[in-house]
Amino acid sequence: MILLSVEGLSKRFGGLLAVDKASMAVPEGSITGLIGPNGAGKTTLFALASGFLEPSAGRVLFAGEDVTAEPPHRRARRGIARTFQIVQPFQGLTVHENIAVGAYLRHAGRQAALDAARAVAEEVGLAPLLETPAAALTVAGRKRLELARALATAPRLLLLDEVLAGLNPSEVRDILPVLRAIRARGVTILMIEHVMQAVMNLCDHVHVLAQGRMIAEGPPRAVCNDAAVIEAYLGHGAAARMRAEGGAHA
Amino acid sequence: MKARDILPLALLLGALALTPLFASNLLLNFLVSALIIALGAQGWNLLGGYGGQLSFGHAALFGTGAYATAILQTTFGVNAWVGFACGIALAALTGWMIGFLSFRARLRGSYFALVTLAFAEVLRILANAAGFTGGAAGLLIKLEPSFANFQFASRAGMLWVVLACILGVSLLTLWIDRGRFGAQLVAVRENEDAARALGVDVLATKLRAIALSGAITGAAGGLYAQNFLYLDANIAYGTWISVEVLIAAIVGGLGTVLGPVVGALALHGVGEVTKGLLGWMTGVDLMLFGVILIAAVAFVPAGLVGALRRLRMRRATP
Ligand SMILES: Nc1ncnc2c1ncn2[C@@H]1O[C@H](COP(=O)(O)OP(=O)(O)OP(=O)(O)O)[C@@H](O)[C@H]1O
Ligand SMILES: [Mg+2]
Repeated sequence: MILLSVEGLSKRFGGLLAVDKASMAVPEGSITGLIGPNGAGKTTLFALASGFLEPSAGRVLFAGEDVTAEPPHRRARRGIARTFQIVQPFQGLTVHENIAVGAYLRHAGRQAALDAARAVAEEVGLAPLLETPAAALTVAGRKRLELARALATAPRLLLLDEVLAGLNPSEVRDILPVLRAIRARGVTILMIEHVMQAVMNLCDHVHVLAQGRMIAEGPPRAVCNDAAVIEAYLGHGAAARMRAEGGAHA
Repeated sequence: MKARDILPLALLLGALALTPLFASNLLLNFLVSALIIALGAQGWNLLGGYGGQLSFGHAALFGTGAYATAILQTTFGVNAWVGFACGIALAALTGWMIGFLSFRARLRGSYFALVTLAFAEVLRILANAAGFTGGAAGLLIKLEPSFANFQFASRAGMLWVVLACILGVSLLTLWIDRGRFGAQLVAVRENEDAARALGVDVLATKLRAIALSGAITGAAGGLYAQNFLYLDANIAYGTWISVEVLIAAIVGGLGTVLGPVVGALALHGVGEVTKGLLGWMTGVDLMLFGVILIAAVAFVPAGLVGALRRLRMRRATP
């Protein structure tokens, strides 16, 4: 089943068309990747999918229902959870309290919410830091906190916006199994990621956005060898040059 | 709720309730005035301290509670307690409407503060001009001490009623502090976008907070009317009350249950002493409040209650 689909989605900021008739589908149970050069419109697409921005044109469907007009908190209740590329912790609260805000979406009582928050903290490896003020966390800690809070809302779909950016290779290696385990228990993941090692490792399917348009999709390996994708990242003519160089070395 | 949360509350309010056994009428008058401000500050604190929406216009809520309580008795012959309850409801509604108009327009920070100030000023000018408020001459509630009239022959009666209100509001605040609504309110204060992403209905949360805040500060207004039996527009809707509840909450400790009470008692204590010493300088107490506010924000941003808590923690973990 298709859990999330965006159809002909566009977003205009004044003279800039940040997202341009983009369409994509995220199958339930998958880890789907969204990649593209800086400024391609990936974060904007997430904001449209989660309700933080209104599209200039197009629709967003979640589990088959049109949610284009719904505000973010209603979509969260349906099961869409997003993280922020620029982390947005509740600075004045502890890690436990931060995560509990997410957990309160499904638990009315304090004890139930705190217990659910603790379980999520254990899942993402924040358990030893529960009583730490969020403001005192390292970059890696803050990224985990973003993930934990979103996960605490018991989502069906997780939208992860560069949760690996700024982590060192060993921190990335630590968090990959966490993401796999989250998917294994039934949460669908759509992730924006620049760390190609992670994309190759995790994603079943990858979509490529460049200058607001979807230019390619497919299994990660195929997409990385796609001429249009290489050109989008490295500039016009790059694919041909690489092929020529590759030929010379062979 | 744990004993640790209740204990300071029980001790403070218990001690205050026993003051009529030994205190002079002068001291009791002082306490009643200070505690009415404390109640108003508790209302301000719910919206400002927990919700992070800093209002400069809580006079709009205080005055509505006060006028409704008084006018329903004097003009419509309604029982004083019923008038008081209606005043609370009307102040809650006023808060909700101010919130609806400003929060829906996404006003935040200093914009919200200015808009609340404007609402209070408009109400003050209207109340000063209108006939049914007694206009500039003001409004007198007839002195007829009896429990049914919400007037007490001894000062202790009013003190206990005010303390009962503070106890009720403190328990309500503690309950909010420990529950879903409180967590969502604090989340809105800390980061609206993050709260929204986690399923918090930001507008509804703010509206609920400002309506509750209005009810509580409106109750303080109603008590003020019953205590002094006189109102005019500059008392009910005057900037003085907006400023006093705000300073009491900030000095006492934002987002704490007892902060506003401690802050109001400390401020009024200092204010009375300076008025006693420097009574010939009119407005000297207000000037002092300003200085205290600046000092509090600069040196004890967590307020008196926050500072006490930190001292206790430091002693517990040497
Ligand atoms: N609120 C906004 N107002 C105006 N322009 C915006 C706004 N948000 C994004 N943009 C512009 O839209 C374009 C797409 O931005 P977006 O953040 O979606 O890119 P991205 O693919 O997430 O990039 P990155 O990989 O750097 O995170 C950029 O040119 C950006 O400057
Ligand atoms: Mg981005």
